[in-house]
Amino acid sequence: MRGALAVRNLSKSYRGHPAVRDVTLDIAPGELVTLLGPSGCGKTTLLRLVAGFESPDVGSLSISELDMTSVPPHKRPVNTVFQHYALFPHRSVAGNVGFGLELRGLAPAEIERRVDQALALVRLEGLGGRGVHELSGGQKQRVALARALVLEPELLLLDEPMAALDPKLRHEMRVELKNLQERLGISFLFVTHDQDEALLLSDRIAVMDRGRIEQVDSPEALYERPRTRFVADFLGVQNLFRASVQDVGAGIARVATAGGLRLLAKDDGGYRTGAPVWIGLRAERVSLVERAANVLEGVIDDEIFLGDWTEWRVRTAGETVSVGEGNVLARDRSRGDAVTLWFPPEAVLRLDDGEAPA
Amino acid sequence: MSRERRTAALLLVPSLLLLLALFYLPQALLFAVSLGRRSAYGGVVRELSLDNYLRAREPLYLGILGRSLALATATTVVCLVAGFPVAWWLARRFPARFRSALVALIVLPLWTSFLVRMYAWIVLLRSEGIVNLALQAAGLPPVELLYNDAAVLIGQVYGELPFMILPLYVSLEKLDGALVEAAADCGASPTRAFESVVVPLALPGITAGCLLVFIPSLGAYLAPDLLGGGRSAYVGSLIQGQFAVARDMPFGAALSFVLSLVVLLLLLVFRRPLRAAQGLR
Repeated sequence: MRGALAVRNLSKSYRGHPAVRDVTLDIAPGELVTLLGPSGCGKTTLLRLVAGFESPDVGSLSISELDMTSVPPHKRPVNTVFQHYALFPHRSVAGNVGFGLELRGLAPAEIERRVDQALALVRLEGLGGRGVHELSGGQKQRVALARALVLEPELLLLDEPMAALDPKLRHEMRVELKNLQERLGISFLFVTHDQDEALLLSDRIAVMDRGRIEQVDSPEALYERPRTRFVADFLGVQNLFRASVQDVGAGIARVATAGGLRLLAKDDGGYRTGAPVWIGLRAERVSLVERAANVLEGVIDDEIFLGDWTEWRVRTAGETVSVGEGNVLARDRSRGDAVTLWFPPEAVLRLDDGEAPA
Repeated sequence: MSRERRTAALLLVPSLLLLLALFYLPQALLFAVSLGRRSAYGGVVRELSLDNYLRAREPLYLGILGRSLALATATTVVCLVAGFPVAWWLARRFPARFRSALVALIVLPLWTSFLVRMYAWIVLLRSEGIVNLALQAAGLPPVELLYNDAAVLIGQVYGELPFMILPLYVSLEKLDGALVEAAADCGASPTRAFESVVVPLALPGITAGCLLVFIPSLGAYLAPDLLGGGRSAYVGSLIQGQFAVARDMPFGAALSFVLSLVVLLLLLVFRRPLRAAQGLR
């Protein structure tokens, strides 16, 4: 299938330091997959392995069902948008976009036609004659995009393309990029450390940590059901507790946190009686109400005002729990107030700690 | 005039004075001498004639100038071809923390007098020299290595190589590696990426290196004299000979101006294509 990427057990070390460890990943044709993770997690190395700028120590990769493991970068059907764009300073905008077409030996008239087409695609009509140094950051990024797209890659690689843009422009470019990808139907492999960007753009997100892919899922699934402690933490799950499973039955698991808190969790089939487990709880899933299943008595310890909502840190008998409350509904509370908090069993997340086998 | 510009002008005064006293004034005197005539005892008879310049057009001297141009060109080409990989490796492959030490090693030979280093080459190349002794030990016949054009080229390349490597190193170190990767990404083979990205972006360094090697090589005197044995005449030896041996100062002065003129002409000729290559495409 044109545009499919298959990465199999790929590993790469630099002088004994593993950068990518046993990574397996598939991208379907036309899919936009994001590699998300903190700096140093191996996401850029994985991208460079796909581009061919690095060669793997172990493993294989194929693009459009052709083995590319030892094919040099200039012969791979992929193009890259580099982090700092890497535009050729000695060439004009049109010279940059047309470079790959020149290498393919196309006729000058044909090159000009396709360069104009590509510049129109990224809304830079008429700027072909400009020098690269005359462009703004956003324009440079569009030129880099045009230079990659004009070659009609089967898979487009983007290495933190928004990192150098200011926040407002970044948001506009995300929307534009997403539209462009849907219109062209090209597979995208997108590297970012920004979870909002990943959630907005992706069909699927691969969260990476220390060279491994921790979880690959749709943005919704990843947000609602992070599977490991690292993923939950990276996606902003505020409450993370070490716990052990007391007993499982009737679709409900009873867990006790290390601090002695007893919680009910909806059993997803992964809870084992007596086994240690990590528990995650999104602050916005916790309500301050009178009575229900997970009802905790506590005292407000800290207040973090976040604009639309407030995060209350409530000291209970066991753990301190973060509680999010929209400010539209906010009642008059302050530090030291005694409250009862409640959350439904579905909100209690069971997490592997990333060390124990899943 | 603004305050800053006045300060800048004032700061320029010492160096301008120095240049005037030690370069332009002697050049002017030399030019005056070149218009004169040799007296019977090697002095200068003041005249205003172009006879010396017309004499420089004689086939004998044009041939010598041609040999010097050939030597300078060969030296520049060999230095460029030999120096580029060294500069590339130094600037882009070698661990950064050892780089300055290696650059110092490249400059180190310049701490020793050029004359001494030329004598060292004589020790290496002469018929009972180290190279020939080694050949003999290996049971091979000795080779005539010294006092020919090849020896002159070896000495000249050896002497000028650092002046090629350093400017190349500076421009290659500044080259963004992502640009080479971007070229490969667009489908350029390593050779094409080198031609279309590395060379144009390293052109300031290449130009500087070539000028720094070519100009001194054109007037080279020590290597041709010591390693060439003065057997084959180059412009440098010719000029030296006019002053020291033939005692024809006016002709020597005229020859040195002809040499400067040749350099100036070459710079003018090559300026356009260099600018074009550096400019936008």
